[in-house]
Amino acid sequence: MARAVTTRRKSLNTALAWAVGLLIFFPILWTILTSFKTEAQAIASPPLFLNFDWTLENYAIVQERSDYMRFLWNSVIIAGGSTILGVIIAVPAAWAMAFVPSKRTKDILLWMLSTKMLPAVGVLYPIYLLFIRLGLLDTRGGLVVVLMLINLPIIVWMLYTYFREIPGEILEAARMDGATLKEEILYVLTPMAIPGIASTVLLNFILAWNEAFWTLNLTAVDAAPLTAFIASYSSPEGLFFAKLSAASTMAIAPILILGWFSQKQLVRGLTFGAVK
Amino acid sequence: MGRIQLKSVTKSFGDVQVIPPLDLTIEDGEFTVFVGPSGCGKSTLLRLIAGLEDITSGSIDIDGSDATDVPPAKRGLAMVFQSYALYPHMTVRKNIAFPLRMAKLDQAEIDKRVEGAASVLNLSDYLNRRPGQLSGGQRQRVAIGRAIVREPAAFLFDEPLSNLDAALRVGMRLEISELHERLATTMIYVTHDQVEAMTMADKIVVLQAGVIEQVGTPLELYRTPRNLFVAGFIGSPRMNFIEGPEAAKHGARTIGIRPEHIGVSETEGEWSGVVSVSEHLGSDTFFHVHETGLAETITVRADGEVGFRHGDRIHLTPRADVIHRFDAQGLRIE
Repeated sequence: MARAVTTRRKSLNTALAWAVGLLIFFPILWTILTSFKTEAQAIASPPLFLNFDWTLENYAIVQERSDYMRFLWNSVIIAGGSTILGVIIAVPAAWAMAFVPSKRTKDILLWMLSTKMLPAVGVLYPIYLLFIRLGLLDTRGGLVVVLMLINLPIIVWMLYTYFREIPGEILEAARMDGATLKEEILYVLTPMAIPGIASTVLLNFILAWNEAFWTLNLTAVDAAPLTAFIASYSSPEGLFFAKLSAASTMAIAPILILGWFSQKQLVRGLTFGAVK
Repeated sequence: MGRIQLKSVTKSFGDVQVIPPLDLTIEDGEFTVFVGPSGCGKSTLLRLIAGLEDITSGSIDIDGSDATDVPPAKRGLAMVFQSYALYPHMTVRKNIAFPLRMAKLDQAEIDKRVEGAASVLNLSDYLNRRPGQLSGGQRQRVAIGRAIVREPAAFLFDEPLSNLDAALRVGMRLEISELHERLATTMIYVTHDQVEAMTMADKIVVLQAGVIEQVGTPLELYRTPRNLFVAGFIGSPRMNFIEGPEAAKHGARTIGIRPEHIGVSETEGEWSGVVSVSEHLGSDTFFHVHETGLAETITVRADGEVGFRHGDRIHLTPRADVIHRFDAQGLRIE
């Protein structure tokens, strides 16, 4: 009897999980579907689900109107650069907090995280002025730095959590074995924390890829990433849902594919420590 | 060379002083054991010598030069940790080679030394495995291998056998003793197990609450414990302590008599009591005797063939020449 209940419960859980999954995925699915419709079909009422004339026209127009590859490349540089720079800065910081904590370590961590609670627009003006003064406006370098700063608290927090799981005695052993601080971090700590670092890199790459506020406000042409590419299709002249959807699909496709292939790593990373 | 000298060393964590001023000299080549109950500061003392903790005041000399502010990597000491602390992402070969790589030795020399250490420790067949694929005893040997390849001035062992099962522990104890015979390098060994201390040490340092209670050879501590703490800590089963009129007869506040120094008889003896529990070990029998009027329990160690049982009344006679006398402060009276 107990077995029957378990099976029924299991299928119920599965159905519920699928329902929630579909609900979350629906906007993305709808965007993808719309991108294959004509503009008229896109705004048809009642909405058309699969019964429309599939067309690649929107993709052709989008590609013709703007250079997708340039935006893509900017996104890769900005998301990749800010993540790598962030990890390089965060590894020593997280090392210090995890292995030589002081009385104030917890406070510092909370304070770092609290900066994420400030509305970004609150510092837009000073940062904008700084960017003008330093000639960083519409440069990829400038965005790399800004996005790195935006995500640094999360990178430090995640690495701190992973490092805490590593026994301190192993690092002490490295010290006794004659390793300098640099060698200890490079040859012992980092290789042991690779799974954690990988999840951190992945998550932050995705966050930086999707970041729209700063990338839209601080770029114009040269450094504009895919977020700007999407935004350029939602113009005041009129709504072109199908073309906007095609642009969006092209912008999210790379990160969607990356996420799909690395989902195991991501899930492991996000639940690290909780299920060990 | 590995002569280590601690001069007025103290250690405080915040407001708590865990090591009051302490002086100690460990001679070159000596096997010294720090022993004491948990929380007595023995591991802290070892970590101070290693440099993993900073001393609060005083100084530490290694081979005549002041090492107080020298980082652990530069003190020329090797340490074996309780948890082994192997590098899980490296093979056994790389684990053992790690200190040599850090010392920037050339690859040929590294290989030679790693293979030498592996053959001494019976690890040659396991060099390409990871620590996760080894048994506890093998991991312990890798940790020792990693320590010996460096040819350090001294080895520091922090309760290295406490994670092993009883049979393996006896084997590793012998291996470490043999290693000491062969290398003749200074070794400092921390344990809470007085059997390990007695069997391995040239010199035992008994600690309690960060204070050295006594320093001496195992037999010195056994024969002439300086105070009640050492008397009770060294020796198994524990020494019997008797207070009151019986102690006064010997001109002491407390007298101590080891279980193996009490004779047992069915018919006559100085004291008498009732057997509460008898533990037969085969070679020996331990009797826990109640109702003696001397102390709650008197423990007696007799020959394995002596067969008293629960409830038997027996007679006890202490050997007069090995009665330890202690004064009101718990100090030995000569």
